[in-house]
Amino acid sequence: MNAVAGREVAAGSRAEGAPVLRKIAYVALNTYRETVRDKVLYNLVLFALLMIGSSYALGAISVYQEIKIIKDLGLASISIFGMVIAIFIGTGLVSKEIDKRTLYGILPKPISRSQFLLGKYFGLCLTLLVNVGVMTMGLYLLLFLMKEPFAPGLLKAIFLIYLELALLVAVGILFSTFTSSVLAGLFAGFVYVAGYFSSDLKNLDSVVESAFLPQVTFVLYYLLPNFKNFDVKAAVVAGDPVPWSHLGWASAYSAIYVTLLLVASCWIFGKRNLK
Amino acid sequence: MHAIETRGLTKDYVVGSFVRKKKRALDALDLEVEGGEIFGLIGPNGAGKTTTLKLLMGLIFPSEGEARILGMPLDDPEMKQQIGYLPEQPYFYDYLTGRELLDYFGQLFGLSREERSRRSGELLEKVGMSDAADVPLRKYSKGMSQRIGIAQALVNRPRLVFLDEPMSGLDPLGRREMSLLIRELRETGVTVFFCSHILSDVEQLCDRVAILNRGRLVESGRLSGIIDLSLRSLEVVVEGLTPDIQSRIGGSLLLSRPLGASSHLSFRDREECDRTLRLLLENGVRLVSLNPVKETLEDYFIRQVNAGGTE
Repeated sequence: MNAVAGREVAAGSRAEGAPVLRKIAYVALNTYRETVRDKVLYNLVLFALLMIGSSYALGAISVYQEIKIIKDLGLASISIFGMVIAIFIGTGLVSKEIDKRTLYGILPKPISRSQFLLGKYFGLCLTLLVNVGVMTMGLYLLLFLMKEPFAPGLLKAIFLIYLELALLVAVGILFSTFTSSVLAGLFAGFVYVAGYFSSDLKNLDSVVESAFLPQVTFVLYYLLPNFKNFDVKAAVVAGDPVPWSHLGWASAYSAIYVTLLLVASCWIFGKRNLK
Repeated sequence: MHAIETRGLTKDYVVGSFVRKKKRALDALDLEVEGGEIFGLIGPNGAGKTTTLKLLMGLIFPSEGEARILGMPLDDPEMKQQIGYLPEQPYFYDYLTGRELLDYFGQLFGLSREERSRRSGELLEKVGMSDAADVPLRKYSKGMSQRIGIAQALVNRPRLVFLDEPMSGLDPLGRREMSLLIRELRETGVTVFFCSHILSDVEQLCDRVAILNRGRLVESGRLSGIIDLSLRSLEVVVEGLTPDIQSRIGGSLLLSRPLGASSHLSFRDREECDRTLRLLLENGVRLVSLNPVKETLEDYFIRQVNAGGTE
């Protein structure tokens, strides 16, 4: 560094710092870059596309049911592989940063812990959007090859799958703020499964006699997200109408849940001492 | 305004799985670092150096006490805008290249695209990483990671730089370059605060030091005020010293021991050394080397740590 450059440093020609939303966007885009450079993601998406493709073979042996089988398996593949990506990549996003100490390079920069966490969340949501988009195109391509007319109804089911995944990512992020990526994955998986049975939890007290069980199931029912709200796959494949109001209601439900989970995540992460 | 100021900064960790106990990692640290100086924080393993840095960087939170950097609280984004930090054994996103990492961090500082591009190029050249700029970080050696670590710490042209073991992983040439870089930073008005185990580096570079042991501040101040820089002895190595000659000059030698074909002599004062050396040379002894010995930071450090250990 020469003397002129030195004076430049001493004079401190510094930028004002990026605006808050832009900082979140930078972290999100870097997170997206992180996930798309992860070979695991490609394997998962490839496997999902193979699953969608294999529905063609299954459809061929199902007389008059081939289109239904393709739609069923296609939507299930998008949902299951999206879930796997959301849980296994989502829960590792924060805990991996803590374990590998990459956070040590980030947090002393002018970015708050909440901004970092929100960036991570939106980055993975962006990754999922692209992945769900690719899988959707794979499904529609297969239907096109089967000379099936464009079925816009599927998009409603896929939109709800995406909302479900966005919610699941927030669940994974919450767990990863206070535990290891393995445990966070297990917990998020449990919430996902339990979330599909939360309405059964509500009814559990009517079939099991217990003094305290109704209170436990009551708390769990209202605490766990009800993932069944996002499941219209069977209805769409059967050609039953899915009202727009249901999409609006599910969107609001997901947005509120995600907001609460992210607020809790930011609060926990903001208080956490790093290793 | 001090560049860094801590008052009673304390950190307790809870240890143990079943019986949970508090372990004090840092005990009421009072420290003041002036702007424009190179300040070294030294101490043995577990002394609390990295804990201090982590507290200052907001990676962990104090149990008691407070600290201010550039007169601002530790969570102030305006303060973070003006500092740089090199973590110990830095590990960055291994899916990024060196250039992408600098660009990403530059974004967080609000630098424009042109400024980021220019600054990345300058820094990569400065740390000798221009050739590896577009190689993914996962392929970097330890020394290369250290170099890119120092580059990212300077991306925002900081007023104050924190370096945790900056020489770690560097080869002798790299260490020399790092020393030059640290000196250049001071010349340009940047305050440098660094932790190191390598006491000779601290001794050569630092204007002031603080010594930590078992979480407590043992000493803080200018090196000249901490260690005795007066002459302690003169170490002489000669060849051709026979027992016959040695018996003739007798008791004036403080210490004499063979060193291969040579002999190692030690004198307490300069006059004694001059007189004896004259005698030796007159008797055909050849002078190999003569070194004045002063107290080093290492001597002082070991003495303080040992004293702390026997408390």
